[in-house]
Amino acid sequence: MTPLLSIRGVKSFYGNIMALKGVDLEVNDGEIVTLIGANGAGKSTLMMTIFGNPRAREGSITFEGRDITDVPSHEIAKLHIAQAPEGRRIFARMTVLENLQMGATVSDPANFEADLKRVCTFFPLLEKRLHQRGGTLSGGEQQMLAIGRALMSRPRLLLLDEPSLGLAPLIAKHIFRTIRELNERERLTVFLVEQNAFHALKLAHRGYVIVNGEITLSGSGKELLNRPEVRAAYLEGGRH
Amino acid sequence: MSTNAATTRLPIAAALKDATLAALVAFGLFALMVGLYTDQGPTGALVVSTRLEQLTIVVGLVFAGAFARALIFGREPVGFGRLQPAWLTGRAANVFRIVSPLFGSALLAFALLWPVVFYDNRYLLDLGILVLTYVMLGWGLNIVVGLAGLLDLGYVAFYAVGAYSYALLAQNFGLSFWICLPLAGILAAFWGVLLGFPVLRLRGDYLAIVTLAFGEIIRLVLLNWQDLTGGPNGISSIPRPSFFGLPFNDDEGGFAHTFGIEFSPIHRIVFLFYLILALALITNWVTLRMRRLPVGRAWEAMREDEIACRSLGINTTNTKLTAFAMGAMFGGFAGAFFATRQGFISPESFVFGESALILAIVVLGGMGSQLGVAVAALVMLGGFEVFREFEQYRMLVFGGAMVAIMIWRPRGLVGTREPSLYLKPEGK
Repeated sequence: MTPLLSIRGVKSFYGNIMALKGVDLEVNDGEIVTLIGANGAGKSTLMMTIFGNPRAREGSITFEGRDITDVPSHEIAKLHIAQAPEGRRIFARMTVLENLQMGATVSDPANFEADLKRVCTFFPLLEKRLHQRGGTLSGGEQQMLAIGRALMSRPRLLLLDEPSLGLAPLIAKHIFRTIRELNERERLTVFLVEQNAFHALKLAHRGYVIVNGEITLSGSGKELLNRPEVRAAYLEGGRH
Repeated sequence: MSTNAATTRLPIAAALKDATLAALVAFGLFALMVGLYTDQGPTGALVVSTRLEQLTIVVGLVFAGAFARALIFGREPVGFGRLQPAWLTGRAANVFRIVSPLFGSALLAFALLWPVVFYDNRYLLDLGILVLTYVMLGWGLNIVVGLAGLLDLGYVAFYAVGAYSYALLAQNFGLSFWICLPLAGILAAFWGVLLGFPVLRLRGDYLAIVTLAFGEIIRLVLLNWQDLTGGPNGISSIPRPSFFGLPFNDDEGGFAHTFGIEFSPIHRIVFLFYLILALALITNWVTLRMRRLPVGRAWEAMREDEIACRSLGINTTNTKLTAFAMGAMFGGFAGAFFATRQGFISPESFVFGESALILAIVVLGGMGSQLGVAVAALVMLGGFEVFREFEQYRMLVFGGAMVAIMIWRPRGLVGTREPSLYLKPEGK
């Protein structure tokens, strides 16, 4: 089986600084794959590179067998790759409903109401806030909105960049649980970038560890959880 | 604030010290600017004389102001919020939103009846036309600044393109106003796209500087391309608009004769009034429609977050260009109207001050709010007229009003944004 998303030898630069030094990574259909690493290891850069900003200077990114390395960002979204970006980036002055509507940009308007219902069943909190401005939501709700907005496009692949960042542990847990539900009920493929290694590895089928722009370890979530070097670097003392 | 306001106040001695310091700074600043001035002496040469009296007044005012400030606010930031009238704050402000649909209709009715009520008053009719022109310009710029969030300091360029397009097309090719109007709009939109391309990657301050330069370039071209535009002399005797082919004159085939009424030059003014009202309302209607369409929603989303837009599949290049083009098009329409109303245009009408005025209308009105822009245009231009005798102090009052609005209503007169999408009630 060919993987849904495959990243081969990708190198990315910010100016002259090489942020990704040849990354290989695969995401199979129906999987939750996580990428863990410290601050500045290149997690978000990889996420953004998949979306073509910055563009990979070397290597290739293929999605469903199609080379998307040089496809513009907005065209990538049309392939039904959705993203809940770092820092959520919701539209603060627009209502929750309008945010969700923007998420449905690339999908058929006829699906809108069904998709809205679907998002509201996964995030019942959002349903109560549909006419509230996005900026007035709490951090957790904003994260739910960011994920909900991404779901509106009926994604084949969902990219999540640190969904637990800055959230209370209980809310982070809730978000992770919802990701699992989405995966189990809808076979949604998820690529999750996280600093919260413990939760991410528990949730994921497979995981990768990135250090200084290079993948240093990979394996199943359980395997990585038990690796002493992972425990030492990302888990001990950090468990919550 | 945890500290008592009284404790932050300074004792009189300290306040005096602060005030003296402020007065010294003021003296340093104004000693040359106000204290000295040059005048023509008896031999024709320049002589320097002093204005100690004025200098004393200025420095005295600064001293008194600084003293009062130190006594009232201490050294803390001046908390104008404390002096804020209650009706301007918090929930009271929302009343404006509740009455705004009514208020909008009332304003429209007011505009429709204006020429009926003031039929004999040429001055008020002209004023009405002027205000409506700026309402339209404000609404046009609102698309670019208010909805798409692209700060444009050179909007007057499109106004100029529209005006010159009409003037040149009408004079050189004898085309009628009704053919020139769409052409002027299209040409202005074309220039909007032309401006849009180089600034696609710019935002905020950088964008503002480039658009500012663009406005100046257009003006300088108009000023220097003498063969085409007449340079500083402008273009005069621009054809007047006709009532769908019937000219407003005393001739056989004129408007008055055709309809069997007595000729009056007021007819044309009233017609112009309703023409600009219609154009402005079209601008408003199109904007409101656009907000509900994908492209309009994309404008607003782009104002909020460009990166998120791209990751949701919005082509931000097209989105920006359409915003520039739409805004420019309405500027062009307004320009064509301006040319036909004035009958004479020159680069003097399209200076940076105009751009600034239009932008001020949009910002004061509340970025993105249609009603706010209309009210701001009415208040500003109406205010200019009412206080015409105090024209010298216009900028002073203007600046004061700006500061007051930014303190009390930082999002503009109508700062609340109307959502463009509501959920239908269940089961419907």
